[in-house]
Amino acid sequence: MIIQAIVFLPLIGALVAGLLGRSIGHRPSEFITTGLLLIAAVLSWYVFIPVAFGDGLVGAAGDGHAAVVKVEVMRWIQVGDMDLRWILRVDTLTAVMLVVVNTVSALVHLYSIGYMNEDPHRSRFFAYLSLFTFAMLMLVTADNFLQMFFGWEGVGLASYLLIGFWYTKPSATAAAMKAFIVNRVGDFGFALGIFGAFLVLGHIDFDGAFHAADEFATTGLPVIQFLNWQLDAMTVVCLLLFMGAMGKSAQFLLHTWLPDAMEGPTPVSALIHAATMVTAGVFMVARLSPLFETSPFALTVVIVIGAITAFFAATVGLVQNDIKRVIAYSTCSQLGYMFVALGVGAYSAGVFHLFTHAFFKALLFLGAGAVIHAMHHEQDMRNMGGLRKKIPITYAMMMIGTLALTGVGIPGTNFGFAGFFSKDAIIESAYAYGGNVGSLAFWLLVIAALFTSFYSWRLVHLTFHGSPRDAQHAGEGPHPDPAHAALESHDEPISDHGHDDHGHHGSAYDNAHEAPNVMLVPLYVLALGAVLAGVVFYGMFFHDVEHIEHFFAGSLYIDHEIIEGAHHVPLWVKWSASIAMIIGFVAAWYMYIRRPDMPGRLAATNPGLYKFLLNKWYFDELYNTIFVRPALWIGNAVWKGFDDWLVDGKITEGLGRRVQNVTSWVVKLQSGYLYHYAFAMLIGIAALLTWAITAGGLI
Amino acid sequence: MTFENSILTLLTWLPTLGAAILLLTPKGSVNAIRWMSLAITLVVFVLSLVLWQSFDASNPGFQFVVNMPWIGDSIGYRVGVDGISVLFVVLTALLMPAVVLASWDVDTRVKEYMIVFLVLETLMIGVFTTLDLAMFYVFFEGTLLPMFLIIGIWGGAQRIQAAYKFFFYTFVGSVLMLLAMMAMYWDAGTTDIIRLLGHEFPVGMQTWLWLAFFASLAVKMPMWPFHRWLPEAHVQAPTAGSVILAAILLKLGGYGFLRFSLPMFPEASAQFANFVFLLSVAAIILTSLVALVQTDIKKLIAYSSVAHMGFVTMGIFAGNALGVQGAMFQMISHGIVSGALFLCVGVIYDRMHTREISAYGGLVERMPQYAFAFMVFTMANVGLPGTSGFVGEFLTMIGVFQVNTWVAFGAAFGVIFSAGYALWLYRRVIFGALTKDSLKGILDLNLREKLVLYPLIVLTVVFGFYPAPILDTTAAAVDNLVAQYATANGLDPAVAQADARAPLEYVAPVEGAAQPADDHAAEPAAH
Repeated sequence: MIIQAIVFLPLIGALVAGLLGRSIGHRPSEFITTGLLLIAAVLSWYVFIPVAFGDGLVGAAGDGHAAVVKVEVMRWIQVGDMDLRWILRVDTLTAVMLVVVNTVSALVHLYSIGYMNEDPHRSRFFAYLSLFTFAMLMLVTADNFLQMFFGWEGVGLASYLLIGFWYTKPSATAAAMKAFIVNRVGDFGFALGIFGAFLVLGHIDFDGAFHAADEFATTGLPVIQFLNWQLDAMTVVCLLLFMGAMGKSAQFLLHTWLPDAMEGPTPVSALIHAATMVTAGVFMVARLSPLFETSPFALTVVIVIGAITAFFAATVGLVQNDIKRVIAYSTCSQLGYMFVALGVGAYSAGVFHLFTHAFFKALLFLGAGAVIHAMHHEQDMRNMGGLRKKIPITYAMMMIGTLALTGVGIPGTNFGFAGFFSKDAIIESAYAYGGNVGSLAFWLLVIAALFTSFYSWRLVHLTFHGSPRDAQHAGEGPHPDPAHAALESHDEPISDHGHDDHGHHGSAYDNAHEAPNVMLVPLYVLALGAVLAGVVFYGMFFHDVEHIEHFFAGSLYIDHEIIEGAHHVPLWVKWSASIAMIIGFVAAWYMYIRRPDMPGRLAATNPGLYKFLLNKWYFDELYNTIFVRPALWIGNAVWKGFDDWLVDGKITEGLGRRVQNVTSWVVKLQSGYLYHYAFAMLIGIAALLTWAITAGGLI
Repeated sequence: MTFENSILTLLTWLPTLGAAILLLTPKGSVNAIRWMSLAITLVVFVLSLVLWQSFDASNPGFQFVVNMPWIGDSIGYRVGVDGISVLFVVLTALLMPAVVLASWDVDTRVKEYMIVFLVLETLMIGVFTTLDLAMFYVFFEGTLLPMFLIIGIWGGAQRIQAAYKFFFYTFVGSVLMLLAMMAMYWDAGTTDIIRLLGHEFPVGMQTWLWLAFFASLAVKMPMWPFHRWLPEAHVQAPTAGSVILAAILLKLGGYGFLRFSLPMFPEASAQFANFVFLLSVAAIILTSLVALVQTDIKKLIAYSSVAHMGFVTMGIFAGNALGVQGAMFQMISHGIVSGALFLCVGVIYDRMHTREISAYGGLVERMPQYAFAFMVFTMANVGLPGTSGFVGEFLTMIGVFQVNTWVAFGAAFGVIFSAGYALWLYRRVIFGALTKDSLKGILDLNLREKLVLYPLIVLTVVFGFYPAPILDTTAAAVDNLVAQYATANGLDPAVAQADARAPLEYVAPVEGAAQPADDHAAEPAAH
């Protein structure tokens, strides 16, 4: 019953708040959804703790231990050989995800009570949050491809609804649509991957599919006739599935939706676009690790895409001015790290980073939310500065998040923030993987670590240090990015919903205030996670192969060689990430504290590069040119040219010129004459029938 | 007269009886006419549920069969339903009360309006229950007439042209079908569909028969490029007409393929499968793109119907259980969802008297319940898992993937495009700020509209999570059909047919890890 409770309590909350919210009021809706989520979170830890610190998962009957617990809910689709049921599957990998999803979700619910305090549609907001949580839980407890796809699309729907929550903002509804459609491009691959997996493996449930994949070791790999080519079937299937992961986890080429998704309320960004939904792709590859292991080529693609994403997103993050967009690109980049880990075979390291990242990135987003809240929905960091004195608690929390994200710690010891353990594990695994691909990934990740440190500290400096730069204080201090006047971004800083006209007088800075406790408590909890998640769980996820195997109990593939190799990399490799981090820190300090005029001059002297980064490598413009406009053009051409002109204008009316005459003739008549026409038709049918009957000799 | 042999007759003719009673009712008592129509359609609906309840899903053959001599020696009064047709009867009966309720505000010629709809119900149920070829033709073509009147009398400004075009397209195809039916009679010596199903038509003849049926059914579906009449007809038809057209009349095409083309002309069907696939994929991709650029709400939904019917034809001609079951499910689901979407359009059309997308925007502000209903149906139209729209699309695609990956690959683009046009429509109509003066006083759903839409929401979601009631009903009949189809084409039905035609081979074990050096392997990920 515990598992059902964990999954369905959020659904109940969503239904109550969504369908009854209007009648029971906002406050009860908030309390019910948040309360149910807190229960679900506690239950998730209850399931997880025996796995992490005890002997393993508690069996279905409540006694004994099992590697996997399955709860059947009901039948779903049964056709021919395909037997699909709604089954909740819990193993170690799922248990980890349950903890991540429910903990962050419960905290975000709590935080939202404060953050959304003045919104007139709060119960709807909480219904969506809980609906999202339910869909995400269905995704992580899936026992077959299709249930995973259900959760996958369900979180997509919730994300769409939440990004577009402030529906009167055109930018928000556009971002919502973009998120859904770009994800659908990924789903195009995911769906085909599922079809392929069913064809190749003959099973649509995970255990059956993994078993079939194991047998390829003896029978040989199948070859599929996909489109016009004879290809290795598992490579095709895995690449198609990975395409889905790329969409959901905003990987290079399909990343364009994630920064725009920041249009949604900040708690949404923390929950969906940092801690949980975007990690679904990572989860999927980890869950399907037995399949991916059959295709080295697919794994290479995973590494390359992950490494490019980590690097690319970090470069764009360097120059963004919107506080949330910086963190969004950071998320994108960190997801790239996770994929590199998966690709090199260090699945547990990827999941480890997913786990730690959820805490510190949610912390950063919620901290950013507290800043935005304090600044009355100002998100442009160029208008902030000096907030340290105004909101010291938020400042402290953001510092912890930054230290965790940049991976501060002492190599070779157990002293460090969460990100230190998981990120270094990935970088070392990439080095241990070796070869051209491994080296490429290693260097890209190290450079990305440098950039991560730079943009993180830049964010802290611009927001909290220096002197205030909002409208009233402008001119008092040098502007950090004077270039922004000359080089206007395409991408106007997004401002959060303007629904709270407090009627404040004075500047945003002067009125900045610390967030209420209901918003600060979640920050404390997440900060605890950002400090401890690494050191406490390092053993289970990465430290020692036997420990990892015991912990995961077969729920993902474990490559001994890589993990052993990662522990025996040269000393300079172990230090590389930390050195990169220190360089980034010093550079940020020099450019934003010591010589605040420097960024502007740099931008002015390298306008091409600056604009290239500021405009996100021009991916939006590129896609608009090569996909969106041609699609509309073809649509119009087929409609006006083929349908209307050729089929309708030429063929139909050409077939019977009389048609036209009759039409124009009938038009002139009053509708009463229609009866005559209908009557004529009736006679026609009757005549035809008579003829048919007599000519056919039916009588 | 037992339940067994009277239920179908009752279901078919009760609406006509109701129409006859309405005929005797004074023209002026409009309310009485409305309530009576509602009562009749509700009774028929309850009867259809009783039928479904008593239907034995494990029996692949026809049930509730009546076979009596009727007109001359050949044409008999033959009725019966199997797993393929029974659900269409239920679907028809389900939507009629909704249609009557949605037409409550029609105030021109109410009496004639209701009579025409009731007669239409008889004809539609008749198509699905008759087991006589000649009677099938009569019902099949008969539906044209009421629909023609509905568009022509109660339609929009350009109703005459639309009604004409509707008639022209469908009738031209039907003439060929009639010729084919006569040929079938000459060859088999009967018009009894049960006996025809057992008759083996010569392969050479099958080709011509298949093409003749195709001419009629493809227009009815409508398949690309024979779809041009549909947007016009939808746009001009009154709401109720659009609902019936999209939900039931389009299904006559798919039903025809399943009842005639596949089982009676199996060799020809296999021969033409690729041709149908091509048109199906063209429908899915091209009409989706056309839907993307529409400015009229009804036209957009009409084009999306064409795209969704592409999944149906694709599934049918995949010829395996997954595909055909998927096609059946897709038809039922589309009946509910597209019917509901047209009802949704009717709700705002009744208030604003325009179908232009640009005339709307920000409706959620004033109409939150409407926005919710529209969201559910939009998502079902997009094929979101958890709605009925997903199951059919998924099954047809997974079915066809086993036969031809190109087709599945092309059809999967529908996954992207449907999200594009549906969400864009939703964004322009529902989201945004409510700035237009004309919309400031618009009212949310009233009780009558809720009664129409909410049950459909429930069905859409329930069948998404638990499609078993539909799939179980169709399973035996479809399995039987698929097995026959496979046997006729020289495949062993005992072996999963997929394996025999699958684009999959096993290679000898490769030493070490297989290295697919082929550069094309990366191709799918590049999209």
